[in-house]
Amino acid sequence: MGLLSATMSLARYRVEGRIPDPFLETVRDRLKNNAIREIDNDPAEKSVGWTCFENPFQPDFDSANLVFGTHLVFSLRIDKKQIPAKVLRKHLNMAAAKRLKQTERNSLTKNEKQELRDEVARRLYVRIPATPNLYEVVWNYEEQLLWFFTTQKAANEELESIFAKSFKLSIIRMFPFTEAEMVCDLTDKQKDLLYKAGPTDFQGGAHA
Amino acid sequence: MLDVAVAYNRYKYLGNEFLTWLWFMMETDRSAFELPEAESTNLEIGNRIVLENHRQNRDETITIKGDGAGLEEGIVALKKGALVVEISLVVKAPEAEWRFQLKGESLNISSLKPPEKSPAEAADDMEQRVLEQVAHAERAADLVHQLYRQFIHRRLSEDWSKTDVPAMTRWIEQSAS
Repeated sequence: MGLLSATMSLARYRVEGRIPDPFLETVRDRLKNNAIREIDNDPAEKSVGWTCFENPFQPDFDSANLVFGTHLVFSLRIDKKQIPAKVLRKHLNMAAAKRLKQTERNSLTKNEKQELRDEVARRLYVRIPATPNLYEVVWNYEEQLLWFFTTQKAANEELESIFAKSFKLSIIRMFPFTEAEMVCDLTDKQKDLLYKAGPTDFQGGAHA
Repeated sequence: MLDVAVAYNRYKYLGNEFLTWLWFMMETDRSAFELPEAESTNLEIGNRIVLENHRQNRDETITIKGDGAGLEEGIVALKKGALVVEISLVVKAPEAEWRFQLKGESLNISSLKPPEKSPAEAADDMEQRVLEQVAHAERAADLVHQLYRQFIHRRLSEDWSKTDVPAMTRWIEQSAS
């Protein structure tokens, strides 16, 4: 469902604020400073960062082409590791048995079980490769519009968070209220009506 | 401005009313659309429409899908108080047909399928391919914006309760009978 797929899905955003000059160098630097960090052979469960559109697995923002026509194009990469539940259960069981033997006890407390679970998961995360997910970002800087090529809620939340952190700009998702309030040229009177509006009852009339 | 999460939930009904109005307009007064390419585009309902009814403690979802599927069940659902929450739209422009799905609560565009190209027409160059796909996305986003803009101006006018709602109610009644 990405930008070059046969079918595309996208969420629309409006970008508030401006990037300081020199524009393109600033964008490159900020992408580079928040680029994806590889977490294979690392105990981290997840990594979220920017990558290049054309070379997402070996990003090099210094040489990457970021400008396509009047748009900036780059990608958000979310790498995630998932331990199969049965594998975690097996290793947790083995670790618990070992701990009980070492401490010569019959049971573990709730806290000890949680700590052991985290420890086992960290050990397993080192051995499990992360699955990369790529989502393209198309940013029409002049029009202050940004399209994110997925409608997945979790990925959109990651985008909103890392975009604000990287560029120090806020992005506002366009949904019925924001679309009406921000980009439909409503007068102040119409905006007041919007704030007070309630659902229409098509069997009994409309509110506001 | 309201907190974004609060605004999303509080006003998502507007998106569902928008899609319901869109269906009504396509059935009754297509020429009234203020489309960016009014002279050359022809908007139609595609092969999927989803309605939800949360009135009177109901929690019903009605999905109608498939090429050539009748929309009678959708009309019956509207009569019971349901609203359209997701709709598939087809734009039959003279040069080619393209389609996408639109969700009411988020106005997200999904399954956007640009016009098909023959292998000879397909761009080899990466930049050209990106620009073509961006142009298709732009076209769909512009269409949604123009339609929603027209809707929200009507929705916030006196005409909404005086003219549009009675007309929509009549359409639902007449179509269901």
